[in-house]
Amino acid sequence: MKRSCAAVVLVAAFAWFASAPAAAHAFLDHAVPAVGSTVHESPQDIRLRFTEQLEPAFSHVQVADASGKEIDKGDSHVDASNASVLAVSVPALPPGKYRVQWRVVSVDTHVTEGDFTFEIEP
Amino acid sequence: MAVSLKVRATLVALCLVAPAVAYGHGFAGKRFFPATLATDDPFVADELSLPTVSWQKFPASDEGPGGSETDFSIDVAKRITENFGIELGATYKHIRPDRGDAQNGFDNLGLGLKYKFYQNDVHEAIVSAGVDWDIGGTGSKRVGAESFGTITPAIFFGKGFGDLPDNAKFLRPLAITGLVGYGIPTRSGTRTISDEGDIDVERNPHTLEWGFAIEYSLPYLQSFVQDVGLKAPFNRMIPIIEFAMSTALDRGQSGTTGTVNPGIIWAGQDIQLAIEAVIPVNRRSGNSVGVLAQLHFFLDDLFPQTLGRPLIQ
Repeated sequence: MKRSCAAVVLVAAFAWFASAPAAAHAFLDHAVPAVGSTVHESPQDIRLRFTEQLEPAFSHVQVADASGKEIDKGDSHVDASNASVLAVSVPALPPGKYRVQWRVVSVDTHVTEGDFTFEIEP
Repeated sequence: MAVSLKVRATLVALCLVAPAVAYGHGFAGKRFFPATLATDDPFVADELSLPTVSWQKFPASDEGPGGSETDFSIDVAKRITENFGIELGATYKHIRPDRGDAQNGFDNLGLGLKYKFYQNDVHEAIVSAGVDWDIGGTGSKRVGAESFGTITPAIFFGKGFGDLPDNAKFLRPLAITGLVGYGIPTRSGTRTISDEGDIDVERNPHTLEWGFAIEYSLPYLQSFVQDVGLKAPFNRMIPIIEFAMSTALDRGQSGTTGTVNPGIIWAGQDIQLAIEAVIPVNRRSGNSVGVLAQLHFFLDDLFPQTLGRPLIQ
């Protein structure tokens, strides 16, 4: 009987937590160009897809060249049709190594940040 | 039916090497550290482990028969301020000796305080200080709960290796967390009377509690080093190996007991699932491999505006 009660309490607790509104830290799920990848043509923009929807006013991404100079077009924005996508446009980039740095705030106000590199080869 | 003195002695010995539970998750810079199972880590967090289940056989010895022990634990951690938190844990034990009746009951309650006093986001480093109190007399003697308490002040640390150079980039997902603590029993010895009326005094030594966890974060690899194309569920997995040790320091006792726990953690958005093997490091620690598993909830992600916030902002 005690075991049954414990099982009921456990299941109820799990159901309660499972039914809680899902919002959490935003992790980078996928990027184009991919994290650590080598591409042969300059992309037109950098697109980052996160595991959570983002607060547009507090979510930014920038791209720097190998010397650390910012080379994106400064139009970092959350995609209007998909609030979990953050993008920034870049000019035609010459071959080289580039670093993408991002800092985002998910809709539940958790902050996450990160960076990665990609390379353009002729 | 009261358990015999010999069986109790065996259970107490088993308790000394049984894995502790309920440890925190957290961030240092871009590094996410999962909650570890067998060793405490430096994070102050809002979280709930429900349940942690462990199973392990214990060997027969001169002091009593062998058998197996299954533990069910619940642990909750709550931030009082951003860097200061409190932890509370309870464990229900089911002991099944090879000979004699099974015993059930709660182990002593555990209470902990922790303060994070250093964090370096660039180097993914963090250090905390804390104290754990195993509250003597709150558990059942039938399952070996001590009548005395143990107070363990400790230093906790965590370090990610994301600052390694490019030529070692595939080592960047590595991280280590760990602790060093000093266990102080509130009573120097425990007197027990056997079924035959013999008086036995067991001395309770001070102990060095130490351990660490080494983890390789596949989410870190995917998000910050190189997208190697891992898909769910593998892209959220963190292979880990934990070393949980206790070394007796005085009062006629010496030696180290503990376990090495290789396992895997799956860290989702709001919950974490983990399973580890529990391998005794020597014969005093056991002679068979056990299992440790946990379902863990990130309260700060589940309830960011209520339960998941520090009480004092």
